This record gives sequence, C-alpha cells and structure tokens, in this order.
Amino acid sequence: MELFFNPFDNLVCILLGISFTVWFTLLLVFIIVPAIFGVSFGIRRLYMKTLLKVFEWATLRIERGAKEKNHLLYKPYSNAIIAKEPTSLEEEIKEIRRSGSNKDLDSATEFELSDIFYFARRGVESIMDDEVTKRFTAEELKSWNLLTRSNYNFHYISLRLTVLWGLGLLIRYGFLLPLRVTLAFTGVGLLVFLTSVVGLLPNGRMKNFLSEKVHLMCYRICVRALTAIITYHDSENKPKNGGICVANHTSPIDVIILASDGCYAMVGQIHGGLMGVIQRSMVKACPHIWFERSEVKDRHLVAKRLSDHVEDKSKLPILIFPEGTCINNTSVMMFKKGSFEIGATVYPVAIKYDPRFGDAFWNSSKFGMVNYLLRMMSSWAIVCSVWYLPPMSREEGEDAVQFANRVKAAIARQGGLVDLLWDGGLKRAKVKDTFKEEQQKLYSKMLVGTQEDRSRS
Amino acid sequence: MGSSSSSRNKIPNAQELMRQTGFSSAHLLRLHDRFESLDRDNRGYLSPDDFEALGGLAMNPIGGRIIEAFFSSGQDTVDFSSFVRILAHFRPTDRNRNKEGTQQELPSSRTRKLKFAFQLYDLDRDGKISREELLQVLRAMLGLQVTEEQLQSIAERAIQEADLDKDDAISFDEFKKSLEKMDIDTKMSVSFLK
Repeated sequence: MELFFNPFDNLVCILLGISFTVWFTLLLVFIIVPAIFGVSFGIRRLYMKTLLKVFEWATLRIERGAKEKNHLLYKPYSNAIIAKEPTSLEEEIKEIRRSGSNKDLDSATEFELSDIFYFARRGVESIMDDEVTKRFTAEELKSWNLLTRSNYNFHYISLRLTVLWGLGLLIRYGFLLPLRVTLAFTGVGLLVFLTSVVGLLPNGRMKNFLSEKVHLMCYRICVRALTAIITYHDSENKPKNGGICVANHTSPIDVIILASDGCYAMVGQIHGGLMGVIQRSMVKACPHIWFERSEVKDRHLVAKRLSDHVEDKSKLPILIFPEGTCINNTSVMMFKKGSFEIGATVYPVAIKYDPRFGDAFWNSSKFGMVNYLLRMMSSWAIVCSVWYLPPMSREEGEDAVQFANRVKAAIARQGGLVDLLWDGGLKRAKVKDTFKEEQQKLYSKMLVGTQEDRSRS
Repeated sequence: MGSSSSSRNKIPNAQELMRQTGFSSAHLLRLHDRFESLDRDNRGYLSPDDFEALGGLAMNPIGGRIIEAFFSSGQDTVDFSSFVRILAHFRPTDRNRNKEGTQQELPSSRTRKLKFAFQLYDLDRDGKISREELLQVLRAMLGLQVTEEQLQSIAERAIQEADLDKDDAISFDEFKKSLEKMDIDTKMSVSFLK
C-alpha cells in the first residue's frame, strides 16, 4: 500500500513546490520589486479597465431585464438627483416675472409676489442635492459591480449574470483574497522588521533617508495588498516639512494611501496588540507622535507636542484627520479646531473614493477592523483620487474655527463632497453669512438699485 | 450607501408614498439616501439643525422659512414620509394624471404649489398675508441692503396691486388671481434626473 502512495506523494510534493516557487517569483517580480522602486507596470489600471467593461455589460443586462418588466431602475452611484441650472438670480427672477405678466419688463423692476418662487426653489434644490461637483458622475456609468452588497436591483438578474457573479465570487475569494492577505502580511512584517533595523542607526541624514525609503516601500506593498488604484493630482502642492497635512477621513486606509506617496509623521493614540507593535517600531525609525491614552485628554499637552514638532523644520509634516471619525465619503463634517490653532501652514488634501469598485467607508459601529479589512480585500479594488490643494495659512482676524471651516470648504469643493456646516451644537460659521448677504445684495440691486444709483437720483 | 440588497424594503409604506406624492420608486430611493445622509446620527428623523447644517440653505435668504415648512405641524422632528411629501410640491406637474380625475390631488398640482408658496409668506397660517408678514419676508430677502422706507413702499405697492377686496391683506384667492398667468409649473419645479 505504501509503495502505491509514494510516487504519487512525490509528484504532488514536486508540483506543490513548483507552484509555490512560481507563485512567489511572480509575486516578487510583479508586485514587490515595483513597490520598492515606486514604479508600476500598469497591471492594475488594465485590470480596472477590464472590470469596467464587465460592469458595463452587467448593467446593460440588468437594464434589459428591467425594461422587459417595465420598471425604473434604481441607480445608486449617481450623485445627482436633480439638474441645477447655472442661471443668475437676476435672470431667473426676470424670467419668472416675464411669464407672469404682460408688462414691459425693462422698466418695471419692482417687487412681485412671485419673486419668492426663485428662493424657494433654490432652497429646496439644496435640500435635495447640495452643491456637489459632478466630477464623478460624468465619468461614472450607472453600473452594478457584481458585488451582492451593492446590488439594489436584484429582481432583474438573468442566468448569465448569475454565472458571471459566481465567477467573480470565485476570483475574489479564491484568488485575490489569499494574494492580498499574503501581501498584507509581507508588507506589515517588512515594515516592523526594517524600521527596527533602521532604528539601530545613529540619528542623521543616512537614517532619515533610509527610513523614508523603508516607509514608502512598505506602504506601497500595502497599497498593492488592497489593489488600490490611486490617482494623485497636483503633486506640486505636496506637504513640506514643518507643515500640517489635513485630509478628510473615510477609513483607516486613508493613512496608507497618503503615506505611500510621501512621508508623514503620524499622530495617534498608542494601541495594544499588533497595532502597538507596528507603532512602536515605526517610531524607532522616524519621529511619529504617539500619545498614551491618558495624555490624549490633555489638550495642552497635545497642542504643545504638535507645535514642538512643527517648529523643527527637519521633521516630517504631520498628518491629521480633523474630523476625528470616519465619514462615509459623501460629506465633510466639522473639523476639530485643535490642529488649526497651532499656527503652522496647513496643506489640505481631499480624498475621494470611487464607489464603483468597492465601498471604502468604515462604519465602526457596524464592522470591526478585521471584518472591515476582509471586506476591503474581497472587493474588486479600491479606486480613489487624491488632490493636493495649495497650502493655506490662518489670515489676520480669522480665528481657528473660521480657518478650519475655510479649509473644510476647500476640501469639500475639490472632492465633490457635501460641505456640512457643523456637528452638534456648535455655532454657525461666519463664512456663510457673507454668502447670504451676497444673495440679498443681488436681489436688492434688482429692486432698488445700488447705493450709487440711489445717491445719483 | 447601505449594503443590503433590498433597500426598497427599508422605506415604510413605499407604495403608499409613491401614490400620494407621485415620485417613482427610483426617485424615492434616491431621496431616501439623501434623507439618510442628512440624518447624521441615524435617528430615523430630521430636526431643524440637520437642515440648518446645509450650506446652500443657510445662505438662502428665506432658508429659515423653508425649514419651517417641514416642521409646520408643530413637531420638531420630520420623518421620511413627511420629508418626501413636502418635497413632492416641487415635482413637475403631471398633466396626464389630472385628466384621469380619479386620483387625489398630488402635491405637485398647481394649486398645491401656490398654497406652498403662499404659506411661505403667511407665517401665522391665518389664510391671509398681512402687511406685517409681507414686510417680514421682504426684510428677509433684502436684508440690510434697503432702508425701512423703501421696504414700506415696496410692501405698499405689492398689497395695492394684489388686494382686490381692500382688506389690507392678501388672501389665498387674491394671491392665486395675481399669479394666474404665471407658468407655476416650471418656476416652482425642480428638474429631476431620470
């Protein structure tokens, strides 16, 4: 009996050995080596294009199915509910009046009861759909990405589509997930190991140089572990030493995304467990700012450590997420003012995820970290855009809250996110009052003319 | 965005709402997404400060009044059905439906739109726009850009033009009459994308 199994065993062992070698070589060549040098073969972009074509096909099938049943489809990825016309206040009100009366309009610019329609409509438009740049809607197809978790039109799936979905499931869980988990472990392991090694060197230029390279390399491996396809815009505005980098927060992955393109000093609380190990080894190689749990409550201490770091121009820019919590990437919430009080130059960064390939938002009340990471690694890809906005400083007469709101508005506008005024019971920002005044000025100009006209007559 | 595959079931009384408001199920779902994104604490209802948090509404001179339209029945919370019913006023008027005559009047009908606009003026809901109420609206729309005298003269003129029974206030019928030639449909409608 044993004789029968032996040659078979050998064959299996040989095959396994060969496949492992091939596997690891491929991994090394196509993923790890490019990560080290920061180059890209373009495989991920090709992958993305292919996926898009498949999604398009899938959507067409669903639409066909829906048409047969004469229903309207729900299209979740279109940001716009309504179409807003970019006409001015004056034009619109004249239009309204022209349709309502036969009077010669050029002479009669008096108040009409119908004028309120314009304001009412604009108000309701902003309730239904805030000022969102249609940046993503223009390129977006309203498509289904073959993930059950984002399907709202279940009823229209044909057999072919189900087969495709099943295939997708196999690919994602059978091939992509193990690949990504391997990469993730490699990346994290290398990070811990190499930063500890670099930490042994004496402080100096060599150490900084090596630490930079090590951090970048490991983050790039992690980026590939998530199959994150990131487009960086306006890299000339990248944060410099002595500054604070501020970004909107959607998920813990934001850190990896930003840190794979530049070196930052991280700020955060020291955790236990694996996170703690990573944090402790990172700080050996370059100065990150980790706080003990007890220190977090002491705002003065926090502010002091941050300003000390910022003043030392040889230290890396600090990376901070002022919202304090993960937001679902459709809006930007109130920024906590602490980072804006320090007085350093602020480099705003807007991060916008493309929801077609996978929803990156971490709802910490719904999913734990491990669950979340598994979901991320079993999506098709994480596609996002990062915009580096020009640096901003606090102006004369502006307090920290106003400055924070200004930065927030800039980030929201760039990323196409809803700019929510506040969080909780905080006061309304003065910035918006000036906009209201603008509206009032325009309208009053129509009715009674400007100050100069009045003084002339 | 939600990760369940049958979000249509998340909306209570979806069919009923569609019938009463005229929204299609696709629009209703999108409005529900919007409702959820405004409801930041996930309470299932909205309160005035959720609306006040919107930049576009905060800079609208009559933003406060529009918000009040949602909370007119004295409560300080609005659930999804009420939210949608108010927004339905801004749907384009369905001319076909009116011909059938069997359905109840939709919020997007001409009369209901006019009523909504009327109530933006008539804050105390007594059925008449008094001079005082008109002055308040004008002050909101013009802010500090005009003087008190100019405000008074504008209000005076408006009342004289519309007030037919000379009771120094504009009733709903007088309001309707003064706007009878107006194409309310397009001016008080938001253009929905399919």
